[in-house]
Amino acid sequence: MVWDWLPVYFEQLLGGLWVTLQLVVICAGFGMAAAIPIGLVQVTGPKWLANIALGFCTVIRGTPLLIQLWLIYYGLGSVFPSIPGIRESVFWPYLRAAYPYAVFAFSLSVAGYVGEVMRGAFAGVPKGELEAAHAMGMGPFTVLRRVWLPRALQNVFPTLAGELVLTLKATPLAATITIQELFGVGTQIRQDTYRVYEPLLLIAGIYIVLTGIIVLVMRYFENRIPRPASV
Amino acid sequence: MWDSLHLLAFSPPGWGGVLLKGLFVTVFVALGAYGVGLLIGFAGAVGKIHGGPVLRTILEIYTTLIRAVPELVLILLLFYSGQSLINSIMDGLGSGRVDINPIAAGIGVLGFVQGAYTTEVIRAAMLAVPKGQVEAAFAYGMSRGKMLWRIMVPSMIPFAIPGLANLWLIVTKDTALLAVVGSSELATVTRQAAGSTRNYLLFFIAAAVLYLMLSLVSTYLIRKLERRYRPVSRTSKLNAQTAGGR
Repeated sequence: MVWDWLPVYFEQLLGGLWVTLQLVVICAGFGMAAAIPIGLVQVTGPKWLANIALGFCTVIRGTPLLIQLWLIYYGLGSVFPSIPGIRESVFWPYLRAAYPYAVFAFSLSVAGYVGEVMRGAFAGVPKGELEAAHAMGMGPFTVLRRVWLPRALQNVFPTLAGELVLTLKATPLAATITIQELFGVGTQIRQDTYRVYEPLLLIAGIYIVLTGIIVLVMRYFENRIPRPASV
Repeated sequence: MWDSLHLLAFSPPGWGGVLLKGLFVTVFVALGAYGVGLLIGFAGAVGKIHGGPVLRTILEIYTTLIRAVPELVLILLLFYSGQSLINSIMDGLGSGRVDINPIAAGIGVLGFVQGAYTTEVIRAAMLAVPKGQVEAAFAYGMSRGKMLWRIMVPSMIPFAIPGLANLWLIVTKDTALLAVVGSSELATVTRQAAGSTRNYLLFFIAAAVLYLMLSLVSTYLIRKLERRYRPVSRTSKLNAQTAGGR
């Protein structure tokens, strides 16, 4: 094993790690924000909206993320330049970079998977609690904010922690569309130094540590949440 | 995009036939990897429950590490290390180096990854079988092997089906990752088709539709299977969290 490349690429690796963490946090945030309405309309929304949400979840969960990513980056990316006037618009610098496409694709993916989780979570909150909240004089939005959503999140918190790990494990795909995140930097090192294993092993080790940290942090929060009352 | 639909025709210059062949390879690789995963998973689960401390520790490391590292990294790592391992064995035997069939390599690599998840699913299912059944089997004088085959396997199936079904859906999608090492499955040929015709949107949508169809047909068949092996008790939710992958 030869590790003499490590000091040379140390800063680049740190940069890659930073991009990876950014991707995880941003995409988990966007995805979660979209997942709540996606789950909610399937439980309580009008039929047509529920069907759209269900279709969205089915498509996202039924196709590989790699294909979604390429479809969005290469597919949409090749259509945008043909739209007249778009090169002069303020969006053009963003449409030319790879990063926004990755954020978009990963956020959609998180939204699809977590949306399905949230549908089950919302459906799992006992009806009596919602009726009680309503009887207390809360409006529909207050019921959602103070009772329905917290109770739903409480029930599926371990699953959400698992989804966060899955999001981390999905980020290396971004390297296939030229983003220099952790895995991308590793690939770069392999090409520069002709070392086959060492960079991969190092990257794998970093992912193991990151997964461990996510699991521990989420477990800490899980223990601080009051246990859901058994029905 | 619509005026280039003729590119999906089955015979050249259309790429439809190539894509369908890629889908066929994808299904083949997925089936193979799933089979390998089941074998590893069954052996791993038995080892984790009945094995000694050394075996249990090794299996624990295997399942933990595999499930913590991104599949893409694992595929590259296993692909290259497997290749050089086989070649050094061949060198040791005195025969020449071999070029490994990319389909076989894909099956091996994905199967090894699947094995870690399958181990956890089957282990949980085995633990869900009431202890009394196992004890009764031993009390009848069955050997451990006979107990596993006659009692454990049939009674754990209802508990294992949801988790195993989930793993099938995951492995069909994970085959797409083989595109990074170059294979002949759907994702790889789609990228070739898209690259050489410059019709990215059309071909990636076509591939997505094919993958979606595979998932939907699988889901339909799984539902039928689940209805057949409905669990006796309602404790089968335990598999829900062991599976992963996008």
